[in-house]
This record gives sequence, C-alpha cells and structure tokens, in this order.
Amino acid sequence: MSVSTPTAAVGAFTREVFEAHLARVKHLPAWWRERKRAAYERFASLPMPRRTDEGWRFSQLGGLSLDGYHLPAAADYDRSGHAELGVPGAGTLLFANNRLAMQEPLSGAAARSGIVFDTLQNALVHHEDLVRTHLLAQPNRLGSAKFAALHEAFIEDGAFVYVPAGVEAALPVGVFHYARGAGAAVFPHTLVIAEERAKVTVADFFRSVPADPTSAQLACGGNDLYAGHGAQITYLAIQDWNRATLSFQFNATVARRDARVLSLNLHAGARQARHESFSQLQAPGAHSEMLALTVAHGTQEFDQRTLQIHQAPSTSSNLLYKNALLDQAKTIFSGLIVVDPDAQKTDAYQSNRNLMLSDDAEAHSLPGLEIQANDVRCTHGATSARIDREQEFYLESRGIRAAQAQELLVFGFFEEVIGKIEHPQLHDRLTEIIREKFRT
Amino acid sequence: MSKLEIKDFRVSIGDKPIVKGFNLTINSGEVHAIMGPNGTGKSTLAKAIAGHPDYAVTGGDVLLDGKSVLAMEPDERARAGLFLAFQYPSEIPGVSIANFLRAAVQARMAEGEELDATGYYKRLYSKMDLLKIDRKFTSRSVNEGFSGGEKKRCEILQMAMLEPKFALMDETDSGLDIDALRIVADGVNALRGGQLGIMLITHYQRLLDYIVPDFVHVMYDGRLVKSGDKSLALELEAKGYDWVKQELAAASA
Repeated sequence: MSVSTPTAAVGAFTREVFEAHLARVKHLPAWWRERKRAAYERFASLPMPRRTDEGWRFSQLGGLSLDGYHLPAAADYDRSGHAELGVPGAGTLLFANNRLAMQEPLSGAAARSGIVFDTLQNALVHHEDLVRTHLLAQPNRLGSAKFAALHEAFIEDGAFVYVPAGVEAALPVGVFHYARGAGAAVFPHTLVIAEERAKVTVADFFRSVPADPTSAQLACGGNDLYAGHGAQITYLAIQDWNRATLSFQFNATVARRDARVLSLNLHAGARQARHESFSQLQAPGAHSEMLALTVAHGTQEFDQRTLQIHQAPSTSSNLLYKNALLDQAKTIFSGLIVVDPDAQKTDAYQSNRNLMLSDDAEAHSLPGLEIQANDVRCTHGATSARIDREQEFYLESRGIRAAQAQELLVFGFFEEVIGKIEHPQLHDRLTEIIREKFRT
Repeated sequence: MSKLEIKDFRVSIGDKPIVKGFNLTINSGEVHAIMGPNGTGKSTLAKAIAGHPDYAVTGGDVLLDGKSVLAMEPDERARAGLFLAFQYPSEIPGVSIANFLRAAVQARMAEGEELDATGYYKRLYSKMDLLKIDRKFTSRSVNEGFSGGEKKRCEILQMAMLEPKFALMDETDSGLDIDALRIVADGVNALRGGQLGIMLITHYQRLLDYIVPDFVHVMYDGRLVKSGDKSLALELEAKGYDWVKQELAAASA
C-alpha cells in the first residue's frame, strides 16, 4: 500500500547546491557542519506549508515557491546607494550577497572594553563556544520549521555582537545586508549576546541592489538576541528588500533575570514577507518589548507570527504591532501569549493595530492567550480603523494637502512605536526611511 | 483690502436644508458677530464655507476677493486665506504641534522652497508668548488631552501663525471659564484689525464683552434675520431669542 506524502519541495536548494555551499564556507567546525547537514535534511524532508496548517492561516501559499533562486556570486556593493547608519563612529558590517564587503571597526575604547563586533565567520574562530551555545539555539515554534532549517543550512556569514558583563556600548552598531542581482538568495544572521548588566543597541538593515522591483530575490534571515542577567538589548531591524522579493525573518529572544530586550522591526519591502518573533522570558524580572511597524503598499503581503512565553514569575512582555495598509496590501498578525503554570505575576500585553488607508486592503488579526497560571495580568486586542475624517479635515483646513495630511496621520499613528527608540539618530533614520517609503 | 462675500448660500446635510439663503459681506479689518439660538445653522455655515465634506452646498456662492471658493478643496481654501477656528478641535495623537504647524506653514511655500527653521521657531514662540502658551506645548500632540481652554488657545495660535485673510470662529467661547475666555479674547483682539476679517459665531453675548464686534447679526432658521451694531447683542441679551422669533412671526402674519 502506498501512502501519498506531500511534496517536500526544495526548489533551487538541491543537495548539490548545499554541498557547493558547504565547500565554499571558509571556517566550518565539525559541530557546525553537522548542524548544517541536519538542518538541510530537515529542510529537504519537511513539506511546504499547506492550506490546513494553522500557522499559515490567511497566508498566500502560492508565493512561497523556492524555485528560480541561486546562491549568488560575490558582489560589490554600490557605495552611492548605501545609506549610513547616521551615527558617526559607530561600528559597521556590510554584507553583499552573503559575504563581507566592508567593515568599520569599533572605536579603540569600545574594543578595549571587550565588546566584540565581528563577522560570524570570525566569531566561529575566536569565540566558538559562545557561537555554539547561542546561535540558533531556540527551536522554531511558529510554523516555519522548513524555512528556518533552510536558513540554518545556508548561513554563510553574518554579524556577531558580544558585550561582556558590566559593559555598556556607548554607540549603536549597524549591520547592512545587500542582496544584489536577480534571483540572488541571501541568508543574513545577527547574533547578539549581552552578558550580565551589559547594554547594547544593534541595527540591521536589509536592502536590495538595485531596488529594481522586477529582480526577484529570496531573503531568509534570522536573529538571536540573548540578554543575560540585568542586560539591555535594543534591536532595530529595517526590512527594505525590493518589491519582488520573498522574505523570511526569524527572531528568537531570550531574556534572563531582570533583562530588558526591545526589538523593533520595520517592514517596508518585499513582495511577500513572513516575520516570526519568539520571546522567552526565562527568569523573574525579565521583560521583552516586541514592536513592529509595517507600511504595506501595492499587493505586498506581510505575515507576522509571534509567541511570548512567560516561563518564570514576575516577567513581563509588551507587544505592539502597527500596520498601515494602502492599495490592495494585506497583513496578517497572529500572536500567542503563553504563561507557564509557575509564572505567577506575569504581566503580558499584545496589541495589533491596523490603519486602513484603502478600501481594498486586507488586515487579519488572530490574537491568542494560553494561560496556565492563576495570578496574572494578560491583555490582548486588535483593531482596524480608517483614517478619521474629522482629523483629516482638521489638517486640510490648515492648508495641508491631502497626501501630506495622510502622511502626518500615519506618522501620528506610528509615533507610539517610533518614540520607543531613544537614540536620536536612529530615531531620525527610522523616520526618514518610513517617509521615503511613503513617498514612493 | 480683502472681501469675503457669502451670497444666497444654501447648505444641506443629507436631504435636510440647514442654511437657507445666507447673505453677508465681510471686509478686512471687520468683526462680524453671528448670534442665534442652537440648531439654527451657524456651525454648518462655518464648516461649509471651510469645505467640510459632510455638507452639501445646494445653492449660492462664497467669493473670496471675487473668486468662488466652492470648487476648491478644503486645503486650497485655507491657503487662499480662510481659517476655521473649530468649536470642537480634533485631537491628533502622535503629531506634535510644532510638526503640525510646520507642515501648515510649509504648505504655503513654493515647491522646493525650504522653511527657515530658526525663523519659524522664533515666530512660533513669539505668538505663543502672546497667547500665554507654555513653550513645552510645542512637543505635545495636537489637542490630545488638552483642556477646553488649551484647545481654544491652540486654535488661536494656529490662526496667529497662518495669518488668514478671514477667520470663521465657531463658538470660540464654548467650554471656557472666564480666565481662559479673557486670554483667548486678548489673543483675538491682538490679531484683529488690519488685514484680518472675522466672523465670530457665538450663542452668548458674554464673548462680545471681550471681543467687541463692529456688526452683530442674528441668524435664525438658516438665514440672517436681523443686523445691527453691538447694541443689538445687548438687546438680545435683555430680551432673549424669543423676541426675534416673535418679531419674525409678526412680520410673516
């Protein structure tokens, strides 16, 4: 008797392509080679998402095909198209098609304090144990096991940020990933480790070169944020791939005792973008602030899945995802708060707010709670609203043109999230990118 | 000298006529008070002149310096020189007063022309001082969590910054205690005269003790039924609106 199994499509990422990738990676410790091999096997054996998968409800599955991409050759980056972080003296790593293309090291003082800001490749040589402990250490729990495995199998390089105990990084660091050329597949990764009472701000930028919206690319990236006892991590990610790109981003945040992690993802680019964010509050006092802003244009689809797990008492999390939808764009938000039985005094919040700027746009919200403790405060909610006509008239009655009035109201809607970025230059940079997006 | 002419102006909400043939001409420098009982069409008149999309103009015309504004969008009317001071100003969360006013000032500049930020703030602060508004206000979201008095002062601040030719002030006194009323009135008095013409809509005589009008008109059932000087307001105060209604009834009998 034969049982029909769903196709475990690998698309362009055949075993030969994988072997070619392994052969190309310069430094490959045995454990990492084995993990990548295991990841490839998982990727190759897992089926593509199906209509009946709860984790893919409302997603457009037809757009997930992995055909037609390739591991790109080394590429230069176009310096003229590269926008800086906007923070003078900040460390920079710039990757083009998965390879390091430019590096501005940390200042001498930062380096002497023990902060490490380097490529994953170098970290595998000089900080192998740290990488081994923290790189992709958390399981994928939000439906993308297949694509997360693809990510792990094909990571070539990425950013490694390590801040030792008691050290506060004075300046943010910036990581830029450029995908260049039609069909290019990129696998960015950023690993941030903040030890006890350490403090650091990291910004990831994802861009296509050229921004030509006919050059379909695949971006399958991830980040691990590990905040030790009392540590503080601020992580900003700006996803601005071109409008033909299929994008995956997987986040795993671990917050230890009294640690605070703030992550803010701006979703602006891609044809179809899936973002999964997973926070674990592992010890009392841990806090995770999960923020996202989406500007959805044209027929873009942004698919956001989140999980907040409270594993210890007196932990807190605050999720606020705000989407502005134009044209025929579509957003999906599906979030779950889980409170373990002994995580008493949990304070968890989850909110998805959609601003509908078009009658043809579509916003889906699936908020969820799973509470096993009895003394907790958990709230969740989702709203979708159009721009308020009275607000619009008020602005226009002051001579502000309709398009500008709309932009002001969208910024007003976003300000609650943008305002959480305290670093003034990063705050301005974020605002600038949203403004650019809004005008194109 | 500018002139705002409202001619046989007719406005409906849905199928219901509200303004039914309103006529008035205001010249630069003049303050015209429009008084009348509730529900007589005063606010509708002001919002329709400003171009609110919920109001359908069914007849007549509004001319600013001889040019009809009715085909213009609300923002064009504002840039042409009309200003509506709202009875209930909208709250705009997340948009600071500084950014809001900056956008409004910028909208009046030529394409590609850059706003001189130093000059802008200097002017803003001097107007704020005039209206006794704390400078911290500039970073607050527009009208969000403002008291009634703060909202109205914020309206006057906008008027001061945008320097309209004609201001339509809709129940500017509503919700104000006497101190707030004085501050708002002082602000309006500082701006009046010269190039600014004002249509001051109010239900109560009280405001007119502080902003003394050049002309007083009574609006009833969608049109002006009586005009005079400031003594008319006092007469109304003494006799009440029923007096006007009775006079009208007698005239039509």
